[in-house]
Amino acid sequence: MNINKIFALSLRHLYLIKGSFPRILDLIYWPTIQIFLWGFISKFFTLNSSYFENTVGIILSAAILYDFLFRSSISYNMMFLEEIWSRNFTNLFIAPIKISEIIAALTFTAIFRTLIGLVPAALLAIPLFGVSIFKIGIPLIFLLITLYIFGVTLGLLVTSGLVRFGPSFENIAWASLFFLAPLGCIYYPIEILPDWLQIIAKLLPLVHIFEEMRNVLIHDIINYYQILKAIIISFIYFVFGIIVFYLSYEGAKNRGTLINMGE
Amino acid sequence: MKLKVQNLVKKFNSIIAVNDISFEIEKNSTLGLLGPNGCGKTTSIGMMLGLITPTSGKIYIDNTCFESKNRIELLSLMNFASPYIELPKKLTVKQNLEVYARLYGVVEINKRVDEMVEDLNIKSFLHKKTGELSSGQKNRVSLAKSLINKPKLLFLDEPTASLDPDVGDFVREYIEEYKKNNELTILLASHNMKEVERLCNKIVMMKNGKIVDSGTCDQLIKKHGRQNLEDTFLKIARSNYEYK
Repeated sequence: MNINKIFALSLRHLYLIKGSFPRILDLIYWPTIQIFLWGFISKFFTLNSSYFENTVGIILSAAILYDFLFRSSISYNMMFLEEIWSRNFTNLFIAPIKISEIIAALTFTAIFRTLIGLVPAALLAIPLFGVSIFKIGIPLIFLLITLYIFGVTLGLLVTSGLVRFGPSFENIAWASLFFLAPLGCIYYPIEILPDWLQIIAKLLPLVHIFEEMRNVLIHDIINYYQILKAIIISFIYFVFGIIVFYLSYEGAKNRGTLINMGE
Repeated sequence: MKLKVQNLVKKFNSIIAVNDISFEIEKNSTLGLLGPNGCGKTTSIGMMLGLITPTSGKIYIDNTCFESKNRIELLSLMNFASPYIELPKKLTVKQNLEVYARLYGVVEINKRVDEMVEDLNIKSFLHKKTGELSSGQKNRVSLAKSLINKPKLLFLDEPTASLDPDVGDFVREYIEEYKKNNELTILLASHNMKEVERLCNKIVMMKNGKIVDSGTCDQLIKKHGRQNLEDTFLKIARSNYEYK
């Protein structure tokens, strides 16, 4: 892989962010709204239920982590959609850049878009609701890495669809994460799900990530085995995503959809 | 750089978009690929750029067969410009040229960008967003991008479409001048017959996915008993003429 070419493609997206204040505002806006919404909802439940004391902390931490996953996936999709919307797709695919370099560039650049949105929201939660996600400590780094790998994987699968089927696949990009959210057990323990759904849910890294987050925040226990399991599952999906992307690329070349792809 | 296309076929399910075409472009010459809309020009160019996988046939660039394993190496020697594809609209002209210079592995990026800016009179809108440019300005930027890596093989798809006569003439003159000073083989797809007459050494006429005739401008005009290339084009496009 050529680092300069990966940097060039990253630069294209960083210039885009740098050159547009509304774009930065948009990146910050949604995560912040999420924090406000879930913060007030969970505060209400704390005042009106006797479940456990730290309801606000648990739900808000889950909201922040889920948003991290959501943003990393959407960032990945958005960067690819930008190429389609700007009708730059053909230019990109005739440039001497390997598919692995395109994947690497989008993967590394998505982190910037994700963090621009998430860091202000996470910091805002501290004075507003007295909730700091950083209380999770060292395991937070592993949870974020796992979520990022899985988010990028979802992005890869959606972009595979965009490459193969063209812009008509765009709606799937927005719907993909909402489809997995109920199975991810983000705001509730896995026991809430029916037995048969629990089996499917355990195949996703999300369950292990959010179970572990609750484990740390409620019981103050760190189960690194659970975290390792989540990382391994995410990584398996990531490899699967890369294979699907390559297959889609070859499929698109056969169908001739890479040329003149635009809005 | 020499380009050789040998028995190229592309089928999309039951539709044959390109039907067994073969031709060669000699080093430093310009070949005009002509034909009515939907005759298979864009699909053929797509295959030559590695964007479309041929159903069968081979593409040789300087006797090297274009395959997945040498795709990067060969693409770094080529480039493409078309008014139907654009550069990122929200990036400035300079940012776009810089990004593409990096993608093509240009060594002295600033020097090369400055050269293109100077040659194509881009300086006055260099820091403007590409989406805010006029058609003529966009066209010049697209041409600058297509020459940023000093390609040895350039594909131009209707490079002067939708341009006013003045800008169109500027682009044609620039291409002519650039070719005089640089080693460059060009494949030009165009519906502007005057442009083809001016720039091309040889012409390949396509119809319904097949090559129906080829030769120099003068040869084709004479062969079909017409006064100019436009009339020759019309005769071939409207008749059931079969090239032997």
